[in-house]
Amino acid sequence: MSTASNSLPLEEEPKPNYLTAKYDIASWLLTLDHKRIGILYIITLSIFFALGGVYAGLIRLELLTPAGDLLSSEAYNRTFTAHGVLMVFFVLVPLIPATLGNFLLPLMIGARDVAFPRLNLLSWYLLVIGAITAASALMSGGIDTGWTFYAPLSSRYANGAVLVAIVGVFIAGFSSILTGLNFVITIHKMRAPGLTWFRLPLMVWALYATSLIQVLATPVVAITLVLLGLERVLGVGIFDPALGGDPILFQHMFWFYSHPVVYIMILPAFGVMSEVIACFSKKAIFGYKVIAFSTLAIAVLGFVVWGHHLFVSGQSAYIGLVFSLLTMLIAVPTAIKIFSWIATMWGGSVQMSAPMLYAMGFLGLFTIGGLTGLFLAAMGLDVHVHDTYFIVSHFHYVMVGSAIMGFMAAIHFWWPKMFGRMYHQGFAKIGAILIFLGFNLTFFPQFVVGYLGMPRRYHFYPPEFQIYNVLSTGGAMVLGIGYLLPVLYLTYSLFKGKKATANPWNAKGLEWETSSPPPTFNFEGTPVVTEPAYAYAPETEGEAVVH
Amino acid sequence: MSTDHHGLVAHQFNDAEQQQEAATLGMWAFLITEILFFGGLILAYTIFRTMYPLAFVAGSRELDVALGGANTVVLIFSSFTMAMAVHFGQLGKQKLLVGYLIATLAFGGVFLGVKAYEYNDKIEHQHVPGMDFAYHGEFADEVNPRNVELYFFLYFAMTGVHAVHMIAGVVVLLWLIRAARRGAYSTDYYAPIEMFGLYWHFVDIVWIFLYPLLYLIGRHL
Repeated sequence: MSTASNSLPLEEEPKPNYLTAKYDIASWLLTLDHKRIGILYIITLSIFFALGGVYAGLIRLELLTPAGDLLSSEAYNRTFTAHGVLMVFFVLVPLIPATLGNFLLPLMIGARDVAFPRLNLLSWYLLVIGAITAASALMSGGIDTGWTFYAPLSSRYANGAVLVAIVGVFIAGFSSILTGLNFVITIHKMRAPGLTWFRLPLMVWALYATSLIQVLATPVVAITLVLLGLERVLGVGIFDPALGGDPILFQHMFWFYSHPVVYIMILPAFGVMSEVIACFSKKAIFGYKVIAFSTLAIAVLGFVVWGHHLFVSGQSAYIGLVFSLLTMLIAVPTAIKIFSWIATMWGGSVQMSAPMLYAMGFLGLFTIGGLTGLFLAAMGLDVHVHDTYFIVSHFHYVMVGSAIMGFMAAIHFWWPKMFGRMYHQGFAKIGAILIFLGFNLTFFPQFVVGYLGMPRRYHFYPPEFQIYNVLSTGGAMVLGIGYLLPVLYLTYSLFKGKKATANPWNAKGLEWETSSPPPTFNFEGTPVVTEPAYAYAPETEGEAVVH
Repeated sequence: MSTDHHGLVAHQFNDAEQQQEAATLGMWAFLITEILFFGGLILAYTIFRTMYPLAFVAGSRELDVALGGANTVVLIFSSFTMAMAVHFGQLGKQKLLVGYLIATLAFGGVFLGVKAYEYNDKIEHQHVPGMDFAYHGEFADEVNPRNVELYFFLYFAMTGVHAVHMIAGVVVLLWLIRAARRGAYSTDYYAPIEMFGLYWHFVDIVWIFLYPLLYLIGRHL
């Protein structure tokens, strides 16, 4: 396959592709094409990410000095709540599955589209409606509950439009459920002839595991938010202890979704790693089946660890012990993946192109984020660092450092496929390095200051912590520039970039066999797969043939 | 493309069989999300019933078992008529299909009517949480009325979410009946009827759980 696509000449007379098929606004807003819907998601999420980033900037500016001088306590509470709600529910949850997952899944399995294209479009509209609803609450005065909506903060003591915000999150939840459902069915029923489960790219395994979590966990948070809303409207205590309710029940129900949600964010990034590292090592992935099963293991184990968020909430110590053990167990499949990727690079011809550089950044940040997670799984240590900047740093390493870095690797890897243009490698590498350095400068000092005892969610702090906060704010500026840079050179490449061939990285996988950008129905004919995934090794025989 | 586009198969599928399998699996996956949705309510019910057992008995005794029982029978009959509708849909017998769909619609309507009557009764007896709730029943000296209110909160949340599903079902039924009368379904294409059948049976089964949980507890006291 590679020989055929490598020598593919630049098309003299471009055939219509999914971008040039139609140009009017309606052809985008009413499109059923999974590729266009993926692009719609990218644009939408970029806007939310920028908005959430503005709030993050405000937080970092406030914390530059020990006194609470820029924002009042109330305004600060509203600022970090807005940052959290926007970033978690409207950026990180849909981040990779809805954007690149949507674009790539049918291409990777040799299908013309997802199983339910109308449902796919509906998912995007639900996300937009949910986001507008939540954003209207966040901007018209805002809410101060934190992104976790803990009762009774969100019920008895709620200030502001909590109800509107949770309605927004509720609606966005259905977007997530429907995307997950669509992907599960697509992977089960739409694979091309010859594409058996163990020939699937690991990205597809990752999307499958992610979708299972989306389908199984999200309904629980949906009903939790319904109960919270009813409690607030009717004044009956289901979560409010003063009315006979149980606030720990809220935390259980909330984290039953919101811990697995971390795996919704990170598993697709794992999938991206497998694709990018194998391609830029020009070597078959090490331990294909082990990675595939560890992906499922993380998805399953992820459902039984939520109690580690409740170590200091009054949960029984014995239950805490079980949750602590289960949480540590999840490190095993995770470490297996890291070692498999390193073993993949070992002995390969590693090429540090921009996507690979982002992937390396992911490996570094995720290792730190994952290992500090183990600290927090230990009940004794968790009591010390609970609700400090140590936690803030840990989950930013995982949710931002890793998930966004994975997204960056993915967008740089598949950009030529999506738009048929190459971006500037030099700028892209500078971007990767800036993001990596800026991220570490922002969040590493927070581990230290958190361990020393600086609590999260206050806008003032003792003066001896200032040096760490100055470093952190400085890092945030570098990070901001790092995120801005790709916006500039990627946008530039859309207009001035070199035309991309069908397979610019000499990668394996069905998506690289069709033209860049692909035609509306993806392939000229239905592809037939005759070889395993990642058949990079020269001795591997067999080609994927397009009939 | 080796695709047989005869109008009934959407562009993304290769053939009718693949389309049918995808729809069926999709419906089952959707029903699983529904189970988890109701699961959250049943979890809350379990915890508070364990915390306040007598208050839940007190609340339950305020409900009308006969009406709830009658409604259970009505729903079971509606499931039967729905199963028959799917059966005749598969056989392509249009008149029987339409007839059984209308019968299902009628049973669904009766259920919702009885439910509305029950809700109205609760409003008259001040049993609606958050709206001047009052409890003067036989356990009035032994239970905290706030806890009975919590029972009724769960009663309204659970039966309310169920009723919303019933109403959605009735709307889809009306649409299916209209399409069936126009002859949209045949032995080649009856997936919407079959998928809706799965949904309707699911909503029925949810009630089979709600009825004992809400109406029948503490009847031996």
